[in-house]
Amino acid sequence: MSEVRYEPVIGLEIHVQLRTRTKMFCSCPLSFGEPPNTHTCPVCLGLPGTLPVANAEAIHYGLMIGLAVGSELAPRSIFHRKNYFYPDLPKGYQISQYDEPLCSGGRLADVRIHRVHLEEDAAKLTHVGASGRIHGSDASVVDFNRGGTPLAEIVTEPDVRSAEQASEWLRLLRTTLRQLGVSDVNMEEGSLRCDANISIRPVGTTELGTKTELKNMNSFRFIERGIRAEVARQEALLRAGGTVTQETLHFDPRTEAITSLRSKEEAHDYRYFPEPDLPPVLITNEMLDRARTAMPELPAAREARFASVLGLNVESARLLSWRAELGDYFEAALDAGAAMQPPVEAQPLANWISELSARYDGDDPADSNVTPQALATLVQLVGSKKLTQGGAKQVLDRLVAEGGDPAAIVASEGLSAVGGADELAPVVRAALEANPDVAEKLRGGDMKPIGVIVGYVMKATRGRADGGEVTAIVRAELGL
Amino acid sequence: MDVNEIIELSAAAAIAAIERGDLDAAELFSAYRLRAEADELNAFTWVAEHLPADMHADGPLRGVPLAVKDLFCTAGIPSQSGSKILEGYLPPYTATSVARLQDAGAAVLGKTNQDEFAMGSSNENSAYGPVLNPWDRGRVPGGSSGGSAAAVAAGLAPWALGTDTGGSIRQPAALCGIVGLKPTYGTVSRYGMIAFASSLDQAGPLTRDVTDAALLYRHMVGTDPNDATAVGHREEIRLPTAERLDGLRLGVPTELTTGEGLEPGVMAAFEATLATARGLGATIEECSLHSAPHALSAYYVIAPAEASSNLARFDGVRYGLRAPADDLVSLYTNTRHDGFGAEVKRRILIGTYALSSGYYDAYYGRAQKVRTLIAREFASVFERCDFVVTPTSPGVAFELGAKTADPLAMYLNDSFTVPMSLAGIPAISIPCGLSDGLPVGLQLAGPAFSENRMLDAAHALEQAIGFDGSPARTPTGAAS
Repeated sequence: MSEVRYEPVIGLEIHVQLRTRTKMFCSCPLSFGEPPNTHTCPVCLGLPGTLPVANAEAIHYGLMIGLAVGSELAPRSIFHRKNYFYPDLPKGYQISQYDEPLCSGGRLADVRIHRVHLEEDAAKLTHVGASGRIHGSDASVVDFNRGGTPLAEIVTEPDVRSAEQASEWLRLLRTTLRQLGVSDVNMEEGSLRCDANISIRPVGTTELGTKTELKNMNSFRFIERGIRAEVARQEALLRAGGTVTQETLHFDPRTEAITSLRSKEEAHDYRYFPEPDLPPVLITNEMLDRARTAMPELPAAREARFASVLGLNVESARLLSWRAELGDYFEAALDAGAAMQPPVEAQPLANWISELSARYDGDDPADSNVTPQALATLVQLVGSKKLTQGGAKQVLDRLVAEGGDPAAIVASEGLSAVGGADELAPVVRAALEANPDVAEKLRGGDMKPIGVIVGYVMKATRGRADGGEVTAIVRAELGL
Repeated sequence: MDVNEIIELSAAAAIAAIERGDLDAAELFSAYRLRAEADELNAFTWVAEHLPADMHADGPLRGVPLAVKDLFCTAGIPSQSGSKILEGYLPPYTATSVARLQDAGAAVLGKTNQDEFAMGSSNENSAYGPVLNPWDRGRVPGGSSGGSAAAVAAGLAPWALGTDTGGSIRQPAALCGIVGLKPTYGTVSRYGMIAFASSLDQAGPLTRDVTDAALLYRHMVGTDPNDATAVGHREEIRLPTAERLDGLRLGVPTELTTGEGLEPGVMAAFEATLATARGLGATIEECSLHSAPHALSAYYVIAPAEASSNLARFDGVRYGLRAPADDLVSLYTNTRHDGFGAEVKRRILIGTYALSSGYYDAYYGRAQKVRTLIAREFASVFERCDFVVTPTSPGVAFELGAKTADPLAMYLNDSFTVPMSLAGIPAISIPCGLSDGLPVGLQLAGPAFSENRMLDAAHALEQAIGFDGSPARTPTGAAS
């Protein structure tokens, strides 16, 4: 009997800090690392008698996000109070949206959006002492600078099927939000935070398994590793005849350990009710027009343009649009290469950006030593047969390491392509003489071992020969 | 002018005397300050030591002293909302309604005692002791604005600010023989009022006559950038001049002129007032508010639900009482155990229960439906009648301690005032006679934003009734 195979079913909840000028419900400016408790006022400290007033810019940004993912925008939405006690929550409740959110439904690439709603961020707690958690700490201090920062919470449908898909899709979401200009989307600084709801089920079944919620993973790498670890944990549990318990979990990226924060029984009853201090959010045509006008080109549109106008293949169009920084670099290099003779072609350039991306550790190649102009020059040298693929890779290694001008590196390193029968024919002849058995087979029409000859020539020319040209010369030499 | 003459002036009369040069603002303030300081009724929790230095004496209110209910935040002045949990709390800002009146020339004379967090109908729930009724010091002044009502009735202040959630201005005004106006919800900013039930709380004047109520209210109304629910008033508030009620139709709802605890003496004074109204040209007709008998039940779900959330911020973390504790949960429980009185705890429990998962629809959801029905029934009555009239309270001032053991009997005090609160409509209580030597109040309620017409009608009735409030201002205060 074959073993049951499981598939993960993953839904994501993403909290995005909106880059408004002021906080969600008061006029304090947002904080970026200022000394603790300097960006506060009676409202965001929850002093007695204070009232919230909703930030119009945050609603505008919320509408833009909704438009970007094709949500239905509610003409009327309301705020609710989510009640629970914690020192980072000065009012004893968070103002959020509940059953009447700003945006419902939608889709971003292969993942459906359940809803997008607005709420306020909590303050920042620091626990002094050995444990680093609130239990067992010597003291806890609260910095209210972050408290009240506007958040958009984006909730997906459980459409994600792997850890890799989760992190790839989150990159697309981050790109989209960055293009919209609504957030800094910096995971390390917490302006983009992700929770994952994870369950598994036998492949081929449709019923959802019991889910766990993995909290607050603060990098794409941790998200991928956290989800992978939790899926493995659930699978091991089921294979051992156990059951998954519904609970909230914490992933420690250092130890890869998954620990329980609270079980279903300990889950809060948030006692949601409509926030009586805030009138409903009514969306006017003017507000919609303003949001539509503010929409930039989004990854999906860019992907389509790259494919249809520039003729990029599916993989390149997706890579360069889902990762906006790669797309921006690509467009800059394409501009620089347009004036060259012959002009740089889009698809080879896209391929070389993948090569650059694989060699450079950072997210944005614009921060590397390789300027878009240099990469365009490199691609142009290859395109005009002045440099072979192999030679170009060597030049690229140098560019990534120290920067510089590709043409100068080619000249100084003697990497220019060796071409033409005059130059290559003697090398090919030497190769055939050195490998008489191979030459014999080739003469007999068996072309399989030709790689040996090409390899010999490449070695002899330090990769400066073109493989296709070498093959042609071999044929000519052997009279084939 | 001698002190006794000064004390007999209404606020409007005092302003006129100042404008004529017969009275000086400092003299007026000093006269009241000495009386407030010698307060034997426990009406004040704080009395100013001198005339405020930054007073706007040129403003239309000419420096006339104002008593302010404790729950209004006043910068640098204790604002404790009658609670031990806020003992000695000094807010960093001043409530919008108070600031408006200060800008218009009012001088804050003192802060007045109240039921804790405005929860009560007798002022016996104050952490700072009960207030005594100046008509009979063995009796309660009503609540929750009991300190404000007693101070105005006893001539310790020319007028006062109160708040009304389910009757907290009107009922104490009735029991102390003065005028109390609960305005249309949203016409006065709530910013800086320590919240009890946000969807019901509304600030209003407690005054010796209807003209003073109009004058004070006129300077309170307006929108507020700090209160999203403050819509201001559609009309400028005029000082009432009407002497007649010709053509006015007064509706007497059968549901609010019968029932448990309605005293015959109150009913007699009410019926005599209806006869007076007829004499002034009004027609009296019966009308029906079918859902009114359920108003009290709905109110005691909605108000505690909102209160349970509003009072969550009193957690010992940032301000107010902090009880000794070893960990976070004990910090919360000890602080709230020690800081809140019995009635506040009772309502937090009721409200928490009503909002709990699984009970929300049966309690909070249902109460909101009743609230909607009541608002509709009022609207339908106002298609036929200009105003609804009822006794303000089913009984006169009761003896201290008479109802403290029976919360439900205490809640019945509000049965005639709560329906208007739920509907968000304005209502005024004016003294309409005595029963066993104690004042009886008449309540007039009108459609939203009908304050100008309502004040006119109340003024005409007031003139015809000719109520004498002076016994409450005699030094012994005993009238019976």
